[in-house]
Formats: sequence, structure tokens, C-alpha cells
Amino acid sequence: MKRDSWGKILLGLTTGAAFGFLLHKGRAAEHEAISGQLLFEDASVIKIMATASAVGALGTYALNALDLVDLKIKPLNTGGVVLGGTLFGAGMALLGYCPGTSMAAIGQGHADAAAGAAGMLGGAMAYVKAYPHIKPIIEKGSTGKQTLPEITDTSPWLWVAGLAGAVALGAGLQARNRNNADNSERQGLTDLAPRSDIV
Amino acid sequence: MAVLRRKKWSPYTVGAAIGVLETVAMLTAKKPLGITTPFEQAAVMVAEKVAPEAMQVDDYKAQSGMEPSIGWEWGLVGGVVLGSLVSARLSNDPIPPAVPDAWREKIGASPGLRIGAAASGGALMMFGARMAKGCTSGHGISGTMQLAASSWLFNPIIFAAGAAVAKALLGRKS
Repeated sequence: MKRDSWGKILLGLTTGAAFGFLLHKGRAAEHEAISGQLLFEDASVIKIMATASAVGALGTYALNALDLVDLKIKPLNTGGVVLGGTLFGAGMALLGYCPGTSMAAIGQGHADAAAGAAGMLGGAMAYVKAYPHIKPIIEKGSTGKQTLPEITDTSPWLWVAGLAGAVALGAGLQARNRNNADNSERQGLTDLAPRSDIV
Repeated sequence: MAVLRRKKWSPYTVGAAIGVLETVAMLTAKKPLGITTPFEQAAVMVAEKVAPEAMQVDDYKAQSGMEPSIGWEWGLVGGVVLGSLVSARLSNDPIPPAVPDAWREKIGASPGLRIGAAASGGALMMFGARMAKGCTSGHGISGTMQLAASSWLFNPIIFAAGAAVAKALLGRKS
């Protein structure tokens, strides 16, 4: 059995611990987070993902411009992404957690997430068994490792700026709405107690 | 450090911090965050130990060119469990019920049914993740931030399929 150095595994453990800590603080490790997102009742998960993507894009493309990192692009296997994405979405709705948040949910003590993880190992075994037979379906319509700037022949910074701008706009709109809601609450004298819970 | 004990951080704060963490991972480990690859590697290892012939492991290896190894990603997965545990204890969260509230209201209080559904959902989700070569982390955040075309295709598909199934299962009946 092959194994990386313990230093690398420890680096992964530390990075993962920070990731899990953040997922829990964002309340993404709750069943309500993913299911609420899929029912359009709670947009926390999409806000976390979009903000992480925008900030990560700024960092990664800046480091890439300095030749400090290489991009790790997953191939555009149209069959695998479309069929796999459909199965993934259906399974995620049934489980109520995604792979990362199910690990965080286990840390928080969700018994159903532990059952989900056992199922995930089973699903991976089924995939290993099925792979030689479904490989042609997965690779159907494959166009290789492509990025949006490559396909459209544009600067990646245009996309990074668009992504960051969209997230900043969303965050700004939410801050304004919350201020308005606070003000109207105060005008209506519905709640005179200090709002220590809103930071 | 009262901030570490707080029960909830703003999703924008959490998202920005995950974005920084992604950048640090790209710099230190030379790869972005992802959860499902070690599950495929673990599956190969288990298959090799238990039933290499029935599972056609050699066939899988020849076709995929993958040789499983325990590495950074394995630490990452274990770390997520650990980090969430630490945060939950600092926030003094109660241990959650085995059957989530929304599920109990719409489907039933049976823990057996919930556990079975969770395991089936996990299996389906992982099979799909490996077909697409990524999950909500690997495609959803890591792939979209790198502007990978595959990831920008994956995201709308998982949310559309997920929304349809969630509506059928848990949607309000009105």
C-alpha cells in the first residue's frame, strides 16, 4: 500500500481541520443547510460557495501569474459530468449533506451523516466495479481540460473580476437589506431590546 | 477568543476564509480542496483486500491508470471531521437528533428509514461524484475558482437535480 510522507498527511489534516471548523461555523454541517438550499429556503450554502470561489479565484490566479502554482483543471467529460452530476444532486438531496459537509456533520455528531459516509464508501466500491464498463459513457463528448477563458479566448482576469464583483454585489445588497429591516423594526418599536445577536 | 465560541459566522466571512484556505492549499500542497478522491482510493484498497477478482480490480486499474495511495487528501477528510468537532464543542452545540426536523415532519420519525435513506443517498452521491471527478468542494469551489469549464457545467446540474428531488421529498405541500 503506497503512502505519502507523514508531513504531507499532517498538512492535509491541518488544512482539513480549518475547512471543517469553517463549515461548522457557517452552519453548513446541518441537514437544514443543504436541504434548505435545495428548497430555496436558505441561501447560506450558495453564499459560502460563491464567496470561497471568488476569493480563491483571486488568490489562485494571482499565484498562477507569479508562477507559484499550476492550475488543476478537471477534464470536461460531458457524459460523466452530466450523468454524474444528476446522480450526485439526487443523492445529495436524499442524504441532506454534500461530501464535505457530511464529514463536518459527523464531527458535530449527526448519526445520519455517519450512515451517509458508509454509503459513500459503498458507492465508491460500486464505481470501482462499474468503471471498466461505464468508462466510454463517462468520456463521451470529452473535450479535455478546458477553462472558460480558454474556450472564449478571453483574459481570466475578466472572469475573476466578474465573479468577485457578483459576490461583492450580493454581500452589499444583503447588508443594505438588513439595515433597512433593522431600521423599520426600530421605527415600529417592535423590539427595543439591544440586538446583541447581530454582529 | 469569544469569536471562536460563537454559534454562527456570516456565510460571507466563512466563504472568504475558505477562499484563503484554497489559496494556501494550492501553494502548500499544490492542489485544491476535494473530498471524494480518497473514497475511491479506499474503495480500491478494500476491494483489493476482500475480493480482488470479483471486483475486477486489475481491470479498473488498467483502465483508469490509478494506483491508490494514502496521502494529503486522506488527512484532509479526517481533518474536516476533527475541525467541525472542535468548533461544535467550542460553540457548545447539543448533539443533534438522528432524524433531522424537516425529515421527521415530511417523511417520518423512523430512525431506520432515515439511516437507510442517508446511506443510499451517500452511495448515489459518491457514484456520481466519481463519474464527474468532483463534488461540491472539488468542482463546486475548487473547480469554479479555477474557472474550469467542467465545474461550471457540474454546478447547475447538481443544484437542478437536487432541487427536484428535495422538492419531491421535503417540499411544502400546499
